[in-house]
Amino acid sequence: MSRPSDHYDSPDPALAERSAGGRATDGTGSGATDGTAGGDILQPKLGVVGWLRWFWRQLTSMRTALFLLLLLALAAVPGSLVPQRAADPNGVTQYFVDNPDLAPVLDKVQAFDVYTSVWFSSIYLLLFISLVGCVIPRAKHHFDALRAKPPRTPARLSRLAGFQQREAGPGTNGAEAIEAARAMLRRSGYRTVVFSAPGRNGGEVTSVSAERGYARETGNLVFHAALVGILITVGVGGGFGFSGQRVLVENGQTFVNTLSAFDSFNPGRFFTESSLTPYTMKLDQFSATYETKADGAFGQPLDYNAQVTTQEQGGAEQQADIKVNSPLRIGGTDVYLLGNGYAPTITVKDPTGKVVFTDSIPFLPQDASLTSVGVVKVPDGLTEQLGMIGFFYPTQAVSTTGAFYSTYPDDDYPVLTLNVYQGDLGLNGGTPTSVYSLDTDTLTQLTGGSTGTKSIELKPGDSTELPNGLGTVSFDKVSRFASLDIHHDPTQGYVLLFATLALLGLLVSLFIPRRRVWVKATERDDGTVTLEYAGLARGEDPRLVPAVAEIADRHTKLIGSQPPPESNA
Amino acid sequence: MTQTIDEYSVFFLYAAMAVYAMAFIAFALDLARRSAQVGAGNRVGVDGSVTTADERVLEKVGAGAPLSVNGSAVGGGSAVGVSTPPRRSLFSRGGDPASIDGGSGTGTTKRSLSLRLGVAFTLIGFLLEATADILRGIAAARVPWANMYEFSMTGTVLIVGVFLVVITRVDLRFLGTFITGLVLILLGISTVNYYVGVSPLPPALQSAWLVIHVFVASLGTAFFALGFALSAIQLVQYRRESIVEGAKFWRLKFMASLPDSNRLENLAYRVNIVGFVFWTFTLIAGAVWAERAWGRYWGWDTKEVWTFIIWVIYAGYIHARATRGWRGSRSAVLAIIGFAAVLFNFGIVNVFFHGLHSYSGL
Repeated sequence: MSRPSDHYDSPDPALAERSAGGRATDGTGSGATDGTAGGDILQPKLGVVGWLRWFWRQLTSMRTALFLLLLLALAAVPGSLVPQRAADPNGVTQYFVDNPDLAPVLDKVQAFDVYTSVWFSSIYLLLFISLVGCVIPRAKHHFDALRAKPPRTPARLSRLAGFQQREAGPGTNGAEAIEAARAMLRRSGYRTVVFSAPGRNGGEVTSVSAERGYARETGNLVFHAALVGILITVGVGGGFGFSGQRVLVENGQTFVNTLSAFDSFNPGRFFTESSLTPYTMKLDQFSATYETKADGAFGQPLDYNAQVTTQEQGGAEQQADIKVNSPLRIGGTDVYLLGNGYAPTITVKDPTGKVVFTDSIPFLPQDASLTSVGVVKVPDGLTEQLGMIGFFYPTQAVSTTGAFYSTYPDDDYPVLTLNVYQGDLGLNGGTPTSVYSLDTDTLTQLTGGSTGTKSIELKPGDSTELPNGLGTVSFDKVSRFASLDIHHDPTQGYVLLFATLALLGLLVSLFIPRRRVWVKATERDDGTVTLEYAGLARGEDPRLVPAVAEIADRHTKLIGSQPPPESNA
Repeated sequence: MTQTIDEYSVFFLYAAMAVYAMAFIAFALDLARRSAQVGAGNRVGVDGSVTTADERVLEKVGAGAPLSVNGSAVGGGSAVGVSTPPRRSLFSRGGDPASIDGGSGTGTTKRSLSLRLGVAFTLIGFLLEATADILRGIAAARVPWANMYEFSMTGTVLIVGVFLVVITRVDLRFLGTFITGLVLILLGISTVNYYVGVSPLPPALQSAWLVIHVFVASLGTAFFALGFALSAIQLVQYRRESIVEGAKFWRLKFMASLPDSNRLENLAYRVNIVGFVFWTFTLIAGAVWAERAWGRYWGWDTKEVWTFIIWVIYAGYIHARATRGWRGSRSAVLAIIGFAAVLFNFGIVNVFFHGLHSYSGL
């Protein structure tokens, strides 16, 4: 069986059963008027193998494939309505806050991990099993068909599509005319075979049976096989690859491609640390340019560029640029520029002037003008631990209410404000805490808010006293940071290869017509020859009739026959 | 300067919308005329030609001669493709010049003036809108498809363009009301709600893939739109065929002048598979671009999800066409759902859903 039994081109099961003398499809028995079987044939009992075969047939039928396809489309919808952990983890957290009752229920049915969920996976796995079960027998059948000869010419071509009849003048040799047709069809890519038999009235009937468009089925099989290829390579790539993030501040910080150097790291199931190729990467400079003219687009980013110096093991230092649409490929990994912001350099000194803290702290951008928020934690060196929540305004402005905001993302007039907190930062308990947040519940606020003391306000180079004689804090300079994603996907090239194959297979399978064409020459007693042409579409073939007419025209021209006496095409 | 060019662009766009509205009226008049003629017992062809019941013997369908209508109606717009009539002229097919005037002269086969006017207006509107689109691109110094307003403009230019190209091969002019109506609605929504001034490309969109990926997606959408219209008409036609076999009463009388449901299904299929190939390419090109810009080729972003859903629905449609019992109306319903998903993906996902494709510039 080359195709599922419910494929449109398969023989109609109802007709097949009837012709085999079985029951009529209405099942009452009264429809079986030929009397050979009647309605009393019992279905044979299905054993285990029989049931398995039945199940397999169901699974590989067109109807099931179609059902699974539509189910797959439907099952993909919820993932666009509810935030997904893989794509938008913060959205999921927020969803839990916003819908405390609904979220746990949705989580139970894996609504936040739709595309790795049991139910979504089982749909596409069943679909692919069905696909494989359908494609393998078809591939075998097609392989046989590729080596088979075109079928015998039908007796009555006049019943077929695009039928044409022409008369060739006396002196035409039927066999030669057919040979010419065969050569012509072969040049057009047809596979041909010539038949010859004596006709009813003694004259010789020669015909050529030709078929073309085997590539249609080949393309179809390539398309489906390529889909399987995509599934497998995506799975393998996910298993052996990894993705990690790292924030680098310009002028200084260096990334070393080892597990501990990542800020966050998501390995595949089969990832091993030894697969990390050692290399270093230093962010020399990060530059951003912004629109300064256009009305509605003032301040819109025009270009981000991260200049890095890299060094692979045993290699020389190399300079490279990383841009948003142009990642850096190094050491088996791809490095992408996904985010950026400001990292003010802040120094805290104790009352004696001894430096107890100095660092460039990445501040997280909050809006398009890069108003940024960051946290400074000073755990040691002072009488009590100190925490600061900072706001950074690259181009500061003051609203009518007195609030600060940023008007432009570039650092034209940078201002840093700090709210200072004193108390236990909770770092000593061993509980992991985010470097981007400060739990102020257990802390005493010293500046800003309702304390009555103004927030500390600094411009680059400024230094000021901390309240209560704790020491001084200075804002030394503004640096940029770049947020880099570092990925390794060993199979993405193969995924692309299979995707391309799928597209090519699709093109061939949809647009190359598969058709049969016959040319028949019947020699008459009077020496004239009747030429007949007809075709048969195998699958979609909207241009069959014109194609047959064109073949007839070319052929009659080739052998110099008379124009058609009449045509019922 | 940029702003001035953009103002011209907007002017041309409004002019195009006005002309599309005229085309819509002309196409609607043609359908009304078909209904009236069918009701009067005359035979109406797919091309809108009317053969009076008692003179059908004289029916004559021949090769068209170059017509004066072509020149006068379109000459002002552009010389492209009109001055050199190919084997078949765009507006006319068959008949002799005498009947063009659409007068009341009793005769053999009368062709539809309103239909040809509709096509002429559509072509003028297309040229105006294409001008608007190109001016917008010049004003922005980049391809004019980087935000919702520009997507809408380029997308509708392509829908009309594909329609105009397809009708030179197959007579689908009866879809004119649908095409011009759809384009008018889309343009109306986008000019009112989505207009934004010219702005430069953010770094994430600075890629050659913007040119390819978005353009091919729009092209696929244009074919899906045609396929949707054909499938929808196919359903109506099928209903008419199965219910009123023989009976004369059917409210949408012009349906009698359209191809039968089988032919409509085949046409819809041919259009939809072209759309499907473009969509497949869009999916792959999008994945390649996503890998460069976002560091992964597939991440189930909302827009990716919907592009995938649309692809699967149309894959289902193609399979349905090959499944016994699903040919005909059922597969047509799938094509209609598919296009509904395309519209949803464009109009709802872009605007209301949170995701990485939020470049709509709103």
